Amino acid sequence: MAKEITMPALSPSMTEGVLAKWHKKVGDTIKPGEVIAEVETDKATMDLEAYDKGTILLIAAPEGSKVAVNGRIAVVGEPGEKVDAVPSSSPAPASTSVEAKTVTQTAAVPAPVMVSSSGRVKISPLAKKIANEKGVDVTRVAGSGPGGRIVRRDVEAAQGGGSVRSAAGIFGGKPIAQDGVRLVSQMRAAIARRLVESKTTAPHFYVEREVDAAPLAKLRASANVALEMAGEKLKLSVNDFVLKAAVEALRRVPAVNSSWEGASIRQHGAVHLAFAVALPDGLITPVIRNAHAKDFRTIAREAKELGAKAKAGKLQPEEYTGGTFTVSNLGMIGVERFSAILNPPQAAILAVGATVKKPVLASNGAIVPGERMSLTVSADHRVVDGLMAGEFLKALVEVLESPGVLLM
Amino acid sequence: MAAYDLAFLGGGPAGYVGAIRAAQLGKKVIVIEKERAGGTCLNWGCIPSKSLLKNAEVYQHILHSEDFGITTGKVSFDFAKVMGRSRSVSDRIAKGVEFLLKAKKVDYLVGQGQMGIDRKIKVKTADGKTQVIEATNVMLATGCVPRVLPGMKVDGKVVMTSREALEMKKQPKSIVILGAGAIGVEFAYFLHSFGTKVTLVEMKPRVLPIEDEEISDMLGKNLAKQGIEILTETSMESVTASASGVKVKLSGKNAKTIEADALLCAVGVQANLDGALEAGVKLELEKGYVKVDGRYKSSMAGVFAAGDIIGPPWLAHVASFEAIEAVNGIFDAKYQPKKVGVFPGCTYCQPQVASIGLTEAAAKEKKLKFKVGRFPYRASGRAVASGDSEGMVKILIGEPHGEILGAHIIGAEATELIGEVGLGMTLEATADEIAGTIHAHPTLTEMIKEATEAAVGHAIHV
Repeated sequence: MAKEITMPALSPSMTEGVLAKWHKKVGDTIKPGEVIAEVETDKATMDLEAYDKGTILLIAAPEGSKVAVNGRIAVVGEPGEKVDAVPSSSPAPASTSVEAKTVTQTAAVPAPVMVSSSGRVKISPLAKKIANEKGVDVTRVAGSGPGGRIVRRDVEAAQGGGSVRSAAGIFGGKPIAQDGVRLVSQMRAAIARRLVESKTTAPHFYVEREVDAAPLAKLRASANVALEMAGEKLKLSVNDFVLKAAVEALRRVPAVNSSWEGASIRQHGAVHLAFAVALPDGLITPVIRNAHAKDFRTIAREAKELGAKAKAGKLQPEEYTGGTFTVSNLGMIGVERFSAILNPPQAAILAVGATVKKPVLASNGAIVPGERMSLTVSADHRVVDGLMAGEFLKALVEVLESPGVLLM
Repeated sequence: MAAYDLAFLGGGPAGYVGAIRAAQLGKKVIVIEKERAGGTCLNWGCIPSKSLLKNAEVYQHILHSEDFGITTGKVSFDFAKVMGRSRSVSDRIAKGVEFLLKAKKVDYLVGQGQMGIDRKIKVKTADGKTQVIEATNVMLATGCVPRVLPGMKVDGKVVMTSREALEMKKQPKSIVILGAGAIGVEFAYFLHSFGTKVTLVEMKPRVLPIEDEEISDMLGKNLAKQGIEILTETSMESVTASASGVKVKLSGKNAKTIEADALLCAVGVQANLDGALEAGVKLELEKGYVKVDGRYKSSMAGVFAAGDIIGPPWLAHVASFEAIEAVNGIFDAKYQPKKVGVFPGCTYCQPQVASIGLTEAAAKEKKLKFKVGRFPYRASGRAVASGDSEGMVKILIGEPHGEILGAHIIGAEATELIGEVGLGMTLEATADEIAGTIHAHPTLTEMIKEATEAAVGHAIHV
């Protein structure tokens, strides 16, 4: 009896997936556990494994097609078995096939209405066609035709980065990028959906402290020297210390390690520590599971491994779901301080800035050179109150200013 | 301070049109013309020749009136009157231009003008006096004169250029016309229509060699069918003129010697600066034409040039366009004068030929992607009803955007039809706009729509 292979829900937020690549074709035999295809989800590209054995009788979802979760993607059975062209089971394969991940605006997407604030845009029919095809925003093109009418050469100049008159000096007057419209990727759609939900439903508030990062910098430097002398490949980053410090601060103020669930608040006994990793088109937060039970070196090593996998798009669902607290660090590119948006359903997120050299008033009243790092906690006020967030920060500062304890 | 803001040397389509534009801008302007307002176009070109061609058409209509069920008696014509009508048409329009200049407050002075290195213009008038005109800016608009082949002596009776041919007193029984460009072809049609034996000689492989190959092939066949002897890839070796006629020795593909009553040299034109510049005036020239920059400025400060004198295409409508652009630029430093881009070219023989934009060969050479749409006159209700079923509209539509690359029309009223395509190209209309425009039925203009639809693959009537 023929069986359908359907689009699995590969992550909690996944509603549909793109069939990125087939490793099998009709007529091929498959056995359980064998990778038969790759599926692009909102988070990553993942292998699709077979649960049944048999011969592929039908491929319902060609490469590039978008299929809703539980939608039919293929049928397996005995060779020669009859297959219904339409799926017998419930959800129909979802939408149309998307040809490419980035498409220029063509018939697939209705052309945006291009009208200036003053009303009609004076543009020749030919210029309009070229602009629509190339995705040039004609409201920002200066027309050189009669009465400022936009003609072909204007659109081509705007598109080719040509002749926008400017006094830009050594920087040139070329447009900073080619005008264009691209479809939102699965990942960006997920980011958009989750962050809008977070920022509009969770009442954010922010508490901030500066930490004396000099001891940390000193410890890190000497630890790295020691590791190198010991022939270890591991190189410790500031973030590794922050991650471990966050775990220890949560251990002292566990209420921060909670989630809002509407009628209830869930306290998490384990710390599943998420940290933000930037990707070419978005970001992802890999999770160090049971970080409360791991020592500094394990956390540092896992952070490296997960970061590398995230950048390669190879994270498995359990590696980026179920986090209870998130750390986001922009210190490495010089950001001094910022505040992050909560990663729902977590109740708090820590934003880490760069270590900055600046004058500090010492306890004896003297001005001394200092190394300071800013820490900003964004918290969901439904779960965490100001005092609690402050206590968490206080704990965090204490461990970071005596960083040796983190290595114990 | 100079008496004038701008002085024009030459009162043809560049000079008088530019002058009126300058006067509209509130400037003090003078036109210095050595002969007659309107220049070559009005007096010795476009206008008188069209008048002659109309005579030929009327005569041909009458000769073929049986086709329309009309019987005439013996039909005859008076060649002197035919020529006379042409002169009176020119006279009338030239007077109109003179009146126009006066009405627009442009000073107009008839006389031979000569510009000195100080930019002052000495004008010798008919009464033998000399006036000196001073202007802040000078626009050279002296045009062109017919080119004569080396060794050829124009006597105005048996050896002529278009200038003398427009004043022919006697109809030649036979004529050799050198050059099958627009001028040569028009004279060939005119004289042949009235019964002159015409031999049309062309160096290139086709008549109207600059036109689209398909169109000029059609015209060549049509003219040959009418009875004009066409000798392509042939050039003149020598000519011997006597009181009774010419002996023309031809070489090339059709090498032979022809005897005829007259020879018309229509091999092109050349720059006319004769007497316009005082000795010592150094003006940069290129192949005899005044070299100008993007603002129509010559190498001499304050001296501009427009029209035929700055080089091809030698067309009245192009000259007027250039003069207006040049004038706009002279009086508005921020204005960027435009150079000639797309312009129509017309030949008024029957069938007429008109074109604009790229020929098919040129579009291929530019490696453009395009489609060709054709619509024959015989499929047009209007054309057939009028008895003009010979001809074709051919249009080149670019891909993928559907812009008009060029149009080529042969047939009745082709020269009027081309205007729609010109407007379309200026406005950057695409095939969609032409096809989406309701064209009156029955008209010849429907063929432009149909040819466009044929190019994009959905013509209704072919």
